[in-house]
Amino acid sequence: MRVVRPKPALLKSALLKPALLLALALFAPLPARAEPAPPERTLAQVKARGHLVCGVSPGVAGFSVPDGQGRWRGLDVDFCRALAAAIFDDPEAVRFIPQSSAARFTSLQSGEIDVLARNTTWTLSRDTAAMNFPAITFYDGQGFLVRKSLNVTHVKQLDRATICLQQGTTTELNLADWFRTRGLTQNVVTFANSEQTLGAYESGRCDAYSTDQSSLYGERLKTAHPDDHVILSEAISKEPFAPGVRQGDDQWRDIVAWTHYAMIDAEEAGIRQDNVEQMRREAPSPDVRRILGLEGGYGERLGLTTDWAARIVRHVGNYGDSFARNLGDATPLKIPRGLNALWNQGGLQYGPPIR
Amino acid sequence: MRSETEGYVRKTLIPPAPPPRRLGGPLAWARTNLFANWADGVVTVAILAALAWLVPLALRFLVLDAVWTGTSGEACRPEVVGRPVGACWAFIGEKINYLAYGSYPAAERWRPNLFFALLAFGAAWMLWLGAPKRAWGAAYLFLVFPVLAYALLAGMPALGLAAVATGLWGGLLVTVVVSMVGIVASLPLGILLALGRRSDWPVVRYACIGFIEFWRGVPLITVLFMANVMLPLFLPGDVTVDRLVRPLVGIALFASAYMAEVVRGGLQAIPPGQMQAALALGLTKTQALRAVVLPQALKIVVPGIVNTLIGLFKDTTLVSIVGIADFIRVLEAARADPRWSAPAVPATAYAFAALFYFGVCFSMARYAGFIERRLAAGEAR
Repeated sequence: MRVVRPKPALLKSALLKPALLLALALFAPLPARAEPAPPERTLAQVKARGHLVCGVSPGVAGFSVPDGQGRWRGLDVDFCRALAAAIFDDPEAVRFIPQSSAARFTSLQSGEIDVLARNTTWTLSRDTAAMNFPAITFYDGQGFLVRKSLNVTHVKQLDRATICLQQGTTTELNLADWFRTRGLTQNVVTFANSEQTLGAYESGRCDAYSTDQSSLYGERLKTAHPDDHVILSEAISKEPFAPGVRQGDDQWRDIVAWTHYAMIDAEEAGIRQDNVEQMRREAPSPDVRRILGLEGGYGERLGLTTDWAARIVRHVGNYGDSFARNLGDATPLKIPRGLNALWNQGGLQYGPPIR
Repeated sequence: MRSETEGYVRKTLIPPAPPPRRLGGPLAWARTNLFANWADGVVTVAILAALAWLVPLALRFLVLDAVWTGTSGEACRPEVVGRPVGACWAFIGEKINYLAYGSYPAAERWRPNLFFALLAFGAAWMLWLGAPKRAWGAAYLFLVFPVLAYALLAGMPALGLAAVATGLWGGLLVTVVVSMVGIVASLPLGILLALGRRSDWPVVRYACIGFIEFWRGVPLITVLFMANVMLPLFLPGDVTVDRLVRPLVGIALFASAYMAEVVRGGLQAIPPGQMQAALALGLTKTQALRAVVLPQALKIVVPGIVNTLIGLFKDTTLVSIVGIADFIRVLEAARADPRWSAPAVPATAYAFAALFYFGVCFSMARYAGFIERRLAAGEAR
């Protein structure tokens, strides 16, 4: 039964119009997809803003982890701080936005972040999808965690072994491919998350736990007796971690690439965080003089200052400093340099000359 | 056989029964409440057995075997301590600042603290029924406090408060902000939508139905992904909406759609005669709604409202999926720290989260129960 309303006509006309407008506004078409940022703009935007915005992983041991005070630390974090040091001479002029793996590429595309340093594997399909990977900051690969008591040293010895994996990752495909091409067999048991996978491995459900080597070192620390387990040095896949930038801004791409190369070249030339000022005064060789900006003026070509690389080493250190601080023997992770050693020490890290 | 009754009337008295064995005391209470019949007894024994099994386990993990001090995960390893290890509270202790404030700058942490204090003050004013001038308390909590909180947390350079980007907020602070925005926005919005859905004007009615059905028809996680992943792609390059505000708006609209349906349930329970009588007395429709219909309707739906609010509070953890550093997200990040890698740490982190959420939700439910009993006092005549 309807309630009798007083003076409906007046109220109706007064309310109808705004309601109609509201309805129209609700169903109005959304603006079309925005034009991509014009090229050569990222550096100018970053400078105008006064800080860099860097997308990092929300928590991966050694790569980006917040400490007890909420300060971010790790290899990826250091890379962003190095970039901020090169631009602003201030490693704190950077804001970290933790990125979920689902949203990371959108954040980069929409301009929410300037650079994505989030242990992201460089692949062809990602490279061609409107982004670029200027340099490889960490060479990772799928590895195996096994008990020392098994006396396994090569992956081949895991023939007919039971291997624990996390569901929904490429590790399962990699594993199947690798074993099949070598005529070996394996039993794979998959679990929903890393806790369950590790739990199954520890309880003896599987002989080995397989995922990226860089994660395995962190997983090993979570076991009851870390020293009873070993990570095989052999890797069965290539997982090159690279920072990502938007396509179409060559200047920014160069800056990101050369920030990494400056850290590599500094390590090769023996310029460390603790001797950079001394090196700057003594400047023993032309290489060092060019890296530290005493000769040349290479920084200006990147749109930065002459002493850009000196700033990076002074505030963050060279690649070896950062590696030792976040992943190496100074940390509980104790990840060996392996493929990430300099090219002249048996690794793959090779910085083109600053010249 | 001789009949004992004559017509409807019994002819002799029934013999007196013996008195009940016990009228008061714990034994009688247990008999009536715990062992009234065979099934009750079985359930009681089963529950007691479960408690006897679980409580010592929980007590041992949470208190007796727990590690309270330490500077790294080593302190929480059984082989280092030399005894079984339960919860690693030292880990929570070390990370407590990060869990409370996220990356909020250390020098500015008095601001979230003041925010928590202002919130507690407003909540106490509103919720303590004996407090003076409770209408002002509501005005403070729903109008003044949000403005104050915004100025305090985000910063207001004009007042000398440095701006703090929302990307730095985290932990408990974000969980409280997201829940408060959801609660403060969804109650009034939900009431308006419920009234709109029952409106006689088709435009208003269909707009409200469309709104409610749209937001109820999509999962919250989709709304959040839309807000944080899709929306930035639609906006023109130089228009940016803060990445904390986007999910906040999504949650507020989502929660108000649910709230609207709860309130509508209450409105439908009020007989139309109430409104007619109020109009006949000369009240306008607004006055009748405000003074007659809504108070009765809201009283009926207190359990539904509290249910929605508790659900909303727990749903806020979903923002962690789109990269907002809420309480759960910072716990996850904190335990990724290799320095604090120990088998006991993940369990400790989740136990801490469970205690926190249980504490908050249980208090909400208890308070709602108290309000219900008070409101029902009028019917117990």
